[in-house]
Amino acid sequence: MTATAMVDVSPPATVPSPAGHPRRKRRWVFHAVMIPLTLLWVAPMIFVVVVAFRSFDDISANGTAAWPKSFSWNGFTTALGAGAMGRAMWISIQVTVPAVILSLLLASMAAYALSRFAIPGRRAILLTMLAGNLLPPQILLIPVSRVMDSLGIYDTLIALIAIHVGFGLGFYTFVLQGFMRSIPSELTDAARIDGAGPTQIYARIIMPLCRPSLAALAALATTWIFNDLIWSITVIRTEAKLPVTAALLNLQGGYVSNWNVVAAASIVAAVPTAIVFFAFQRHFVSGLLMGSTK
Amino acid sequence: MTATAVDVPVAAPPRKGAGGFRRVPKVVWLFLLVPAVVEVAMVFWPALNSFYLSLTKWNGLGAAKPVGLKNFRDLLSDEVFLGALKNNVIWAVGFGGLSVLGGLALAVALNRPRRGVGLYRSAIYLPMVFSLAVTGLFWRVQYQPDGTINTLLGAVGLQSLERQWLADPTTALYAVLVAAVWRQVGYVMVLYLAGLKSTDPTLDDASAVDGAGSWQRFRYVTWPQLRGVNTVIFAVTVIDSLRTFDIVWAMTQGGPYHSSELLSTYMFQQGFTFLNLGYASAIAVVIFALAIVFIITYLVRATREEVNP
Repeated sequence: MTATAMVDVSPPATVPSPAGHPRRKRRWVFHAVMIPLTLLWVAPMIFVVVVAFRSFDDISANGTAAWPKSFSWNGFTTALGAGAMGRAMWISIQVTVPAVILSLLLASMAAYALSRFAIPGRRAILLTMLAGNLLPPQILLIPVSRVMDSLGIYDTLIALIAIHVGFGLGFYTFVLQGFMRSIPSELTDAARIDGAGPTQIYARIIMPLCRPSLAALAALATTWIFNDLIWSITVIRTEAKLPVTAALLNLQGGYVSNWNVVAAASIVAAVPTAIVFFAFQRHFVSGLLMGSTK
Repeated sequence: MTATAVDVPVAAPPRKGAGGFRRVPKVVWLFLLVPAVVEVAMVFWPALNSFYLSLTKWNGLGAAKPVGLKNFRDLLSDEVFLGALKNNVIWAVGFGGLSVLGGLALAVALNRPRRGVGLYRSAIYLPMVFSLAVTGLFWRVQYQPDGTINTLLGAVGLQSLERQWLADPTTALYAVLVAAVWRQVGYVMVLYLAGLKSTDPTLDDASAVDGAGSWQRFRYVTWPQLRGVNTVIFAVTVIDSLRTFDIVWAMTQGGPYHSSELLSTYMFQQGFTFLNLGYASAIAVVIFALAIVFIITYLVRATREEVNP
């Protein structure tokens, strides 16, 4: 936001437009359209926040859309306690953190091999890996739950981590190898002449240089894995082991007309990714663009 | 974008092979092999299994019984499946069309830096960070019989339009669609903003000097330059539509009376609720067959960037 404010080139004081007024009028029209539109866009979120802070009695007496006549933390305390969102949040952290780290570690290894070495058929390997990430998950669901079963890890968080890593790898590898290929070979040649082996070059030169792409991918992967629903309900059976998104849907079934609890729980589920978004906004957006546009 | 735009063209003088190493060192093979094995075990092997399972009848216990193409023949006379297929087409067109229209219009409006643009952009793409399940619940709250939508309709005198949006078979699918589009528009906008950034501003200025109106400039100067982005968005949208599961599962679970059923939700029910694993795999194979064309489109695009940045 600050960035755009600084490059704002509109002040008419220095650039007198032929007929100053039409330009000012157009700007006025722009805001007159955008302000209501933006408000309309955020209205559903604001409304959910309002509902979450009302009391159950207020909602059932006056309706969900009524002007709030109460303020209560009950929605949140119920969601986090009896609604199990607190427990689910901890499970999600236990899944997301290792899954993101492992995904990026393995993807960077594959990307390093594919980008800096004359591996025969490297393009075919790369595109096959990317294709794996584009497959509809439906074609994997039943066999994956069987594979987890035969590995003896069905209904464990390890299974969930494994499938997140396996399914995401192709995309992360594709993006990272594109970036690694852009690193000039002079940098690695110098290290090699000094006697560094491939592993040292990877750890000391390539990885530090990849920090921006790694950050972008980490932001993206965190939201993807944290937001996942379908893999969780496929490989996890025990209710007490469900991560946030799946637990949220369970809670909805248990608190059917307690809209304050449902609203509070969905806010709890939304806050972590919103934080990632605001903290890494620039990384996040550049991550979205990776591999998707040119 | 940053990642691919700087690729070395393949026609460039051959790089000193193997990153300076004469042969590919053994440890580097290991670097490739470990991730490859993980992906094969978690993705490719299961995918192949689905093809086999689609030719069997299996409830998960004992051995799967081969039945040839029976599952696919049954699908052709399964009205729920055909309804889900139709819904999926509606979904792809509605979801893709609306989010592209909205995303493109907003990208064009918010392309030039001016006061407030950053704030508008953030507000529009904020919903994108919520999970589809959260989005679904956010909108369930709105769609309540006494929720915002009906209250607003009542306030402007359209009481006759008030209804139980998610419980009414004629509106359930579209009600879910609106929620999905609300979340998707920001993503499409980001892609188009990047596309617009890479268009040549001098062309736009030149045509403005030549007296082209703003619609003509967009239609004949900007739009042709967005071809690459359009291909990607088209492929991604269709792939996403075929995958769509979470938001429907969170809002209607495909109901009422299968009116918002998509292929993915029907597959999940057949597989995990009824344990018709063979039949569910056949649905999954159909989803795959529909998606593969678009997956290839996307991959061709990715290769072209690889070869020809």
